[in-house]
Amino acid sequence: MIEIKDISKSFADKQILKGISGVFEKGKPNLIIGASGTGKSVLLKCIVELIKPDAGFVFFDNRNFTEGNKSLKIEVRREIGMLFQGGALFDSKNVEENVRFPLDMLAVMPRDEKQDRVNLVLNRVGLQNANKKMPSELSGGMRKRVGIARAIVNNPKYLFCDEPNSGLDPQTSILIDELIQSITSDYDTTTIVVTHDMNSVMGIGDNIMFIYQGEKLWEGGKSDITHSGVKELDDFVFANKVMIAMRDKNAGH
Amino acid sequence: MGFLKEIGKYFIFLGNLFVNRESFKTHYKLVVDECLLIGIDSILLFVLVSTFIGAVSTVQTAFNLVAPYIPKYVISQVVREMTVLELAPTVMAIVYAGKVGSSMSGNLGTMRITEQIDALEVMGINSINYLVLPKIVASIMMYPLLVIVSGVCALTGGYLVGVITGILAPTEYIYGIRYLFNDFTITFALIKALTFGFLVASISSYKGYYTTGGALEVGISSTKAVTTSVIAVLLADYVLAQLLLSPA
Repeated sequence: MIEIKDISKSFADKQILKGISGVFEKGKPNLIIGASGTGKSVLLKCIVELIKPDAGFVFFDNRNFTEGNKSLKIEVRREIGMLFQGGALFDSKNVEENVRFPLDMLAVMPRDEKQDRVNLVLNRVGLQNANKKMPSELSGGMRKRVGIARAIVNNPKYLFCDEPNSGLDPQTSILIDELIQSITSDYDTTTIVVTHDMNSVMGIGDNIMFIYQGEKLWEGGKSDITHSGVKELDDFVFANKVMIAMRDKNAGH
Repeated sequence: MGFLKEIGKYFIFLGNLFVNRESFKTHYKLVVDECLLIGIDSILLFVLVSTFIGAVSTVQTAFNLVAPYIPKYVISQVVREMTVLELAPTVMAIVYAGKVGSSMSGNLGTMRITEQIDALEVMGINSINYLVLPKIVASIMMYPLLVIVSGVCALTGGYLVGVITGILAPTEYIYGIRYLFNDFTITFALIKALTFGFLVASISSYKGYYTTGGALEVGISSTKAVTTSVIAVLLADYVLAQLLLSPA
C-alpha cells in the first residue's frame, strides 16, 4: 500500500500540485486521471521522488519515504518497477540486456537463473523472439512491453506506469491494460497508472483518483465515474463521443 | 551570482560521483567500453590533425627564421618545443572537446530527455556514479595516450615535410629535436593532459546530465559543453604554466 499526504509542488511561481492526499491499495490498479497538464505525471514523479515535493509525505507500506534516510530510499527504490511514457529503454543495450539490467545491478543470482527470469517475463509480455533486437528496431507497443518486462523482472512490490497507452493504437492499448491488470493481481503489487485514456479508465479503473488543476477533485471506481456529480470530471469523461453515446443510451435517448 | 551557483552545482555533481557507488566489476566493464569509444574513435582524427600541425609548424618556422647565422636545426627545436608544450596537450584538447566532449554531452542529454536517467534513479542506482564516473576515468586514462600519439605524429609530420621539401636535412632535424632537450617538458605535457582529460569529460558530462527539454536543448548542451570545456582548458593551461614553468 502507498499513502500520500498533502503533496504540493510548484515550479517557479506556478503551483502544480495543491496538497494531494490518497491511498493506493495493492492487488488492483490505481489510476490517476485528468486532462493533460494537470500534474498527473508530476504527482507520480513526486511519489518516487524523481521530483522532490515542496511539502507532504509519501509512505510505502507505512515506511516514511519522504523523511527516510538514504539507505531506506535505496531499499524502497529497489522494490519499485516503473514504466516510463516512452519506454526509457537503454539505447545501447538490446531487449534482453535491457530486461536483465535490474537483475545485473540489484539481484544476486546465477547467470542462468537471470536468463530464465528474463525469458519468463519476455514471454509474459508476449515478446518471445525479440531478445536480440535493439530498441530502435521496436514499435511503440513493443517498447512499452519491453518497458513492462524490465519493470517487473525483479518482482517489484510497487509498479508505476506513466501513460502506458500514449501513442498506441486501441488494440495494443487494451493489451497493455490487460497486462498491467494481470501482473498486478498475479504478483499482488501496488500499481499506480497515470492515464487520460478513457478506455483504460473503463477497463481497469478499480480505484480512480481524478486530478483537476493540481487538486484531487474525486476518488472512486469505474462504476461510479459516469455519475460522480463533479462537473469537471463529467467534462473530462464525456469529452469522448463513445462515452456520450453510452450515457445517452443508458438515459434511454 | 548565476555563475557562482553553476560552479557550486558542478562541484556537488562531482561530489555525487562517489556516493552510493557501484561495484568495481561493473565500473571496470564500463571504463573499458568508454576507453575504446574515446581512444579508438578519436585516434584517426588525432593522427591526422597532429601530423598536419607538425608539418605546418615546420614550414612556418622555416619561413620566419631567415637570418643566415641561425642554424637550421633550430627549426626542429622550435617545432619540438611548440609540440610538446602547447600543440599536443592544449590545441589537441580543443579538438578533443569538440569530438569527445560533445559526444559525451549529447549522449547524456539524450538519456536525460528520454527518461533513461530517471529509469536508473528509480531503480536506486546513482546515475552520476554509474554513467559519469566511467567517462571521467576513461578520459583521464586515454587523453594522455592520445597526447603522446599526437606529439609523435606532429614531430613525424614536421620531419617528413622538412626533409621532403628540402627545408633541412634529416640529421639536422633529429639534432634539433634532441638539442637542449629538457625532459620536464614531457612531464609538464602529461600533467596538462591529465588535467584537460578530466576537465573536458567532467564539464561535458555535467552539461549533458542537466539537460532539460528536447532535441534542441540536447544540441545546445553539446555546444555549451564544448565552449565551456575549451574556456576551462585555456584557463587551466595558463594556471599550470604559471605554477610549473614560471621562474621562481
